[in-house]
Amino acid sequence: MDRDKLKKILERYPFVERENLIPILQDIQYEQGYLTEEAVKEVGNYLELPASKIYSVATFYSKFQFQPRGKFHIKLCSGTSCHIKGAARLEKKVYNLLNIMDGETSRDGMFSLEIVTCMGGCSLGPVMALNNRYFTEVTEDKLEEIIEDYKENEE
Amino acid sequence: MASFEENTSQYSLIQTVLEGNAGDMDEKEREAVDHIKGDKVTQPVISLSYNTASIVAGADETFNAIRDYLEERDIDARLNVIGSLGLITAEPLMDVQLPGKARVTFSNVFPEKVSDILDAVFNNIIPKEYVLGQHPTDLHEPWENIAYVNELPFFQTQKRLILKNCGRINPGSIDEYVVHGGYRSFLMAIRNYTPEEVCTLVEDSGLRGRGGEGYPTGKKWKTTLNAPAEKRFLICNAGESDPGAFMERMIMEGDPHSLVEAVAIASYAIGAQKAYIYLESEYEMACRRLQNAIDQARDYGLLGHDIFSSGFNLNIQLHQGAGAYVCGEETALIASIEGKRGMPRPKPPYPSHRGLHNQPTVVNNMETLLNVPVIVRYGAARYKQTGTDKSPGTKVFSVSGKIERSGLVEIPMGVSLREVVYKIGGGVPDNKGLKGLLLGGPAGGALTYDHLNTRIDYEELKQLGCTLGSGAVVVMDEHTCILDTVKYYMHLLEEESCGKCIPCREGTRRMHEILENITKRPEEENGSFTLHRFKGVINLERLAHVVQDTSLCGLGQRAANPVLSTISAFRQEYEEHIFERKCRAGVCQELSTFYIDVDQCTGCTICAQKCPTGAIVGSAKKPHFIVQERCIGCAICYESCKFGAIIRK
Ligand code: SF4
Ligand code: SF4
Ligand code: SF4
Repeated sequence: MDRDKLKKILERYPFVERENLIPILQDIQYEQGYLTEEAVKEVGNYLELPASKIYSVATFYSKFQFQPRGKFHIKLCSGTSCHIKGAARLEKKVYNLLNIMDGETSRDGMFSLEIVTCMGGCSLGPVMALNNRYFTEVTEDKLEEIIEDYKENEE
Repeated sequence: MASFEENTSQYSLIQTVLEGNAGDMDEKEREAVDHIKGDKVTQPVISLSYNTASIVAGADETFNAIRDYLEERDIDARLNVIGSLGLITAEPLMDVQLPGKARVTFSNVFPEKVSDILDAVFNNIIPKEYVLGQHPTDLHEPWENIAYVNELPFFQTQKRLILKNCGRINPGSIDEYVVHGGYRSFLMAIRNYTPEEVCTLVEDSGLRGRGGEGYPTGKKWKTTLNAPAEKRFLICNAGESDPGAFMERMIMEGDPHSLVEAVAIASYAIGAQKAYIYLESEYEMACRRLQNAIDQARDYGLLGHDIFSSGFNLNIQLHQGAGAYVCGEETALIASIEGKRGMPRPKPPYPSHRGLHNQPTVVNNMETLLNVPVIVRYGAARYKQTGTDKSPGTKVFSVSGKIERSGLVEIPMGVSLREVVYKIGGGVPDNKGLKGLLLGGPAGGALTYDHLNTRIDYEELKQLGCTLGSGAVVVMDEHTCILDTVKYYMHLLEEESCGKCIPCREGTRRMHEILENITKRPEEENGSFTLHRFKGVINLERLAHVVQDTSLCGLGQRAANPVLSTISAFRQEYEEHIFERKCRAGVCQELSTFYIDVDQCTGCTICAQKCPTGAIVGSAKKPHFIVQERCIGCAICYESCKFGAIIRK
């Protein structure tokens, strides 16, 4: 992430307060998709916190990422309702197809996977999203089709 | 998409309404208010339910279809956005109101239906096949032979005190909120009552915390108000990370101002000048709408310095969670807002004495707070008329799972679960039998069919070892495996345990392992293996009790609930899994055995090619067989056979 962008984010938090740590990290992640080492160090300088402290906080929370997301970001809902309608099998299916698990990005940088707790589509479960497109009542076959589709269109 | 969420602000008019000077309004102003309120309609108004649930169902496409329809025909209509009425199964919902006529709601409005519906409506016909119902009105002419929405089974038993605006007003418009009576309670509180009096009012109302054990809210507030300090803080916990709970998100998306108002009153009552609303960053739309509501309230002078000349100052800040289930614990939540790892600490000292930045702090669950404007508005005595003696008021649930109608539901306390499931929810689809309910997420408990007459209040549920918890009601039918579900909860708890204390960290892992063992295909068939597994089950109960008794925070203390409540409610299923290695629901794949029906098998060899262990033998065009000893129960053959020749038992 270029310095200017980072600077702009930091300027939004004029007070050096620990309370701002998580919001700043969130802003950075929002801008560039994940947290880089440089950014973490910069934030540390700014908030007068050692980088290790920042990592200790950032790794505690599951939404912080240290790896770029794939070009296609898959979100799978694992809410209770989706689960009892078969969402767990979809996670396995993604693993079989793309060799990625929750929070990982495929080697070619094409796909990444995130398991979320509820996407609000309980009556239409299992629900998945690919970038910002939603798919409902997803079965293993449907999942495979969707992924193949995206792969093909890419080529 | 911004275009239809925008709202024009009628600043001075709304100030007049807020000041309570409605009597001084001239005719034109009154008409303008009627207009905002929807009491007077001069052009057709089409309102689309636009929120996460409806977007998942396809509301974006529906919006485009409506816009195109209007543009192509050059129809002058207002396109408005509303929150969800709560009936998710019927999303996307679309309301149409023609001048002089009652407002009508259509269900499952997918793009291809839009022109059918609008063609008819603009010709004064309501297409019955698409309609959900009309809204009762004294001001407009009702449609003939169209059911009223509030008389539909889904809505009939409900009493919507908290949800009254959801699905009716534009969540992006403070003006609409105000003309529907919004912020009246807040201004009443800061003008007519002292903080002490507001606390007493809430105490008298009998309101109890909706999040967990049901501690009296007014009492909690008083402790904080009376604790000597320079500063006090209010934290609203709207971070429902329970899988299966979506009520809070839907309320924030549908009526964010009601939360801002509730937080404002509570802050005043406890003497806080700064309040935090905590919610998950994943709930993007809720965050956006809530932030917008806070900004609007500040612009209108309802937040900030010396609010409406009362001398009260208040600043509300959104704090977005970064994904930590344990932040449902108040001390963890406080740590997280302070910018630390969200780990709980022992109590006492209680946050009411030493909370955020070591100052007295109240942490309230969002739904609890939403009751407060209602109480201020109607008074304690009238509030108490709803609900039961010991649990006054209403309770909001999110109902989902194997149910006909799922959604957001608000019922008076004391209604039975049977009514929620059958009357409101319409029962289990496809004529399947109801197996039971999961109540309140991973920290809640399980109930069987026989418990359905249980009334919803704190005491009755507690007797069954359940809490109201997060308000999630997940319905299970006979195809849901109870062990699989508990395993799923335990997996979640294991991952989310913050790791600070050993019983929770190790206990959740061990419980998960035992459950895995029970649902796995046994590696060897001798008796000692069975014994070992059985020992696991005996230990499971003991272990659960230990975790319950010795964990530091509620996450660990309640982590045993799913295990203990399902063992007591569904013991037989545990035993079947253990002794008979049978999963009656057919979910635990490894416990199924597969056979090939020789009469159906065409010998296409597909299954043999796909079987990962080479367990299927046979030659082409002849019936195949499964060598049971080699089969690992992966079900790949079952799914790949095109002739239905593979039978699972
Ligand atoms: S009970 Fe579990 S979540 Fe709570 S403090 Fe202990 S380890 Fe952390
Ligand atoms: S796939 Fe079905 S039909 Fe084909 S060989 Fe296997 S069991 Fe027989
Ligand atoms: S269930 Fe799996 S292992 Fe067993 S026979 Fe079928 S494909 Fe082979």
